[in-house]
Amino acid sequence: MDTKTAIAVPRLIDAEGLGNLFQALAGEGYHVIGPAVQDGAIVLRELSSAAELPFGWGVRLEPGGYQLRHRDDTSAFGHSAGPQSWKRFLHPPQERLWSATRTADGFELSGDRADDGEVPRYAFVGVRPCDLRAIAVQDHVLAQPGSRYAARRARLFIVAVNCTEPGETCFCASMGTGPGVHDPGYDLALTELLDDRGHRFLVEVGSQQGADMLWQVSSTRADDATVGRARSAVEAAAGRMGRQMQAEGLRDLMADSHHAARWDDVAARCLTCGNCTMACPTCFCTAIEDTTDLTGEHAERWERWDSCFDLDFSYLAGGSVRSSPKSRYRQWLTHKLGTWHDQFGESGCVGCGRCIVWCPTGIDLTEEVKALRTERAQRSGPGERP
Amino acid sequence: MTAAPEPAVRAAASTPGPMRPTCYVVAAREAETYDTATLTLRPAENPIDPPRPGQFTMLYAYGVGEVPISVSGFARGQELVQTIRAIGAVTRALCAAAPGDMIGVRGPYGTEWRLGVAEGRDLLVVAGGIGLAPLRPALLTALAERARYHRVVLLVGARSPDDLLFTRELETWRRRGTDVRVTVDRADADWKGDVGLVTRFIDGALNDPARTAAFVCGPEIMMRICAHALVNRGVAAENILVSLERNMRCGAALCGHCQLGPLLLCRDGPVVNYAEAAPLVAKMEL
Repeated sequence: MDTKTAIAVPRLIDAEGLGNLFQALAGEGYHVIGPAVQDGAIVLRELSSAAELPFGWGVRLEPGGYQLRHRDDTSAFGHSAGPQSWKRFLHPPQERLWSATRTADGFELSGDRADDGEVPRYAFVGVRPCDLRAIAVQDHVLAQPGSRYAARRARLFIVAVNCTEPGETCFCASMGTGPGVHDPGYDLALTELLDDRGHRFLVEVGSQQGADMLWQVSSTRADDATVGRARSAVEAAAGRMGRQMQAEGLRDLMADSHHAARWDDVAARCLTCGNCTMACPTCFCTAIEDTTDLTGEHAERWERWDSCFDLDFSYLAGGSVRSSPKSRYRQWLTHKLGTWHDQFGESGCVGCGRCIVWCPTGIDLTEEVKALRTERAQRSGPGERP
Repeated sequence: MTAAPEPAVRAAASTPGPMRPTCYVVAAREAETYDTATLTLRPAENPIDPPRPGQFTMLYAYGVGEVPISVSGFARGQELVQTIRAIGAVTRALCAAAPGDMIGVRGPYGTEWRLGVAEGRDLLVVAGGIGLAPLRPALLTALAERARYHRVVLLVGARSPDDLLFTRELETWRRRGTDVRVTVDRADADWKGDVGLVTRFIDGALNDPARTAAFVCGPEIMMRICAHALVNRGVAAENILVSLERNMRCGAALCGHCQLGPLLLCRDGPVVNYAEAAPLVAKMEL
């Protein structure tokens, strides 16, 4: 086949082909990152072969709850989002931005350029459509010229996997991000098929480097029936979302709800622990920390994930702007669903449901949004659509 | 959902990252008050872009930390003029910097005092405390092109006579066609001027509210009271610019700390017109 054909026509690989894809990626110098079972969860980590994928594992999700379960098949991607997201690789939890050494004249900076040291070349395998959008959302905030994020992002290879197995807390269909890939930005997109004709992956090509990579793996042309089965599996997934959220009008709802009584209700349940912000694939906030060693000869600047639930987050000389827990939950939700539009021209929520699962008290943003809608409707009296 | 995202920005090889300071050396230090000093900074490498009135930089004191500081004046060539009040560890270190000391500078960041708003109108500049520092470049720019404005009025409020900034220049500004009025919250034995809040001057300072633009900078509560008083007397909220402060840490709209509702103040501020700012600053804990 030539590469043009590869881009236009879906191909098919089997489980062995998936293994070969891993080898091809490693052979090109990529660190392959993908899902694996570890510590009672499906985590994202560097994988040495496709055999480390969570074949036969699924998850059971609920507000404040996550459990692995055995599937009755050998699906590699028969699970929904885990505790981590890909941001921990592109936008690591902590990173040194530069070092400085005291000199006779003052100080000298080093390690301050994005390509100082080795910039890792990551290949992400198993990026769900919701998470593909989340990467794009972070791109729009963080991919500034000269940044380490931009350097890593430019070297990234993405193998997306269409979702045929939404979880109990998923609502990507509501947010328009999944369960099938909606966005460009992937190099290859897989749809896993496990049926009477065996364990296969439909492969669609999204870029020239994706085509070049697929060229190294033995694949066959997918017949129309197989393509149809793959499409139906993804379409069926859209109807099996565990959660729904009316995305339309969220920005206005958030803007209208500053004085809502619901914030007091949620504040009574919220521990302001910030878990939702750590688990969220788009939350990007960081703290900048300047440090020195004891001698004062060496100084460093570090960036680490920060959370708007932290009291110090809004600190000014006169004290913290958002001192009440209520105001901090409100900041998080109204930013995610409302003011993100003003700041970056899109929603900050992709519908992955991680914040619901990893909230220790099970706060469910889809429920909070429903309550805010109801409250606004009651405020404005009868006749207003909730 | 909105339009499909654009592809990631490609990293240009070896461009400095947004968090890398540029090294400057203190060329001069002038004490303004007991706790405030103005530094003139000379670049020790390729300088940052020239700042516009109202913009700020992030100043780094080696080994101590980094803070946002307003640009407070103009210097010859590529030098920066910045006025710092010592209130925390970093500002104390910056204030104590002596000629020859090295300071890291990032920026310039943020929006500017748009002098076009005041062209052909009366320009009313209202400063509370250290708020005069970011207003000074706007005033100096207006005075350099004095004929573009009708009346230029500067209202200055400070906690005490000892807290007044740029006192040596007030007379110069008067001579160059500025109506300058000064008040303090608490007078001392030598004070012969006005006592009270700066808002006391507003009625007397306004001549033609419909043809007035106001630039206001000071504590947030002072800006709200002033802007409210101006709007009540007929100054259009769009023609009132205020300079807002939140916890600015990165300056580059990367870290999320300086959010004020829809605004990232390091990018969309600090200078915001009051039509936009009023509903935001009125919301508690926004």
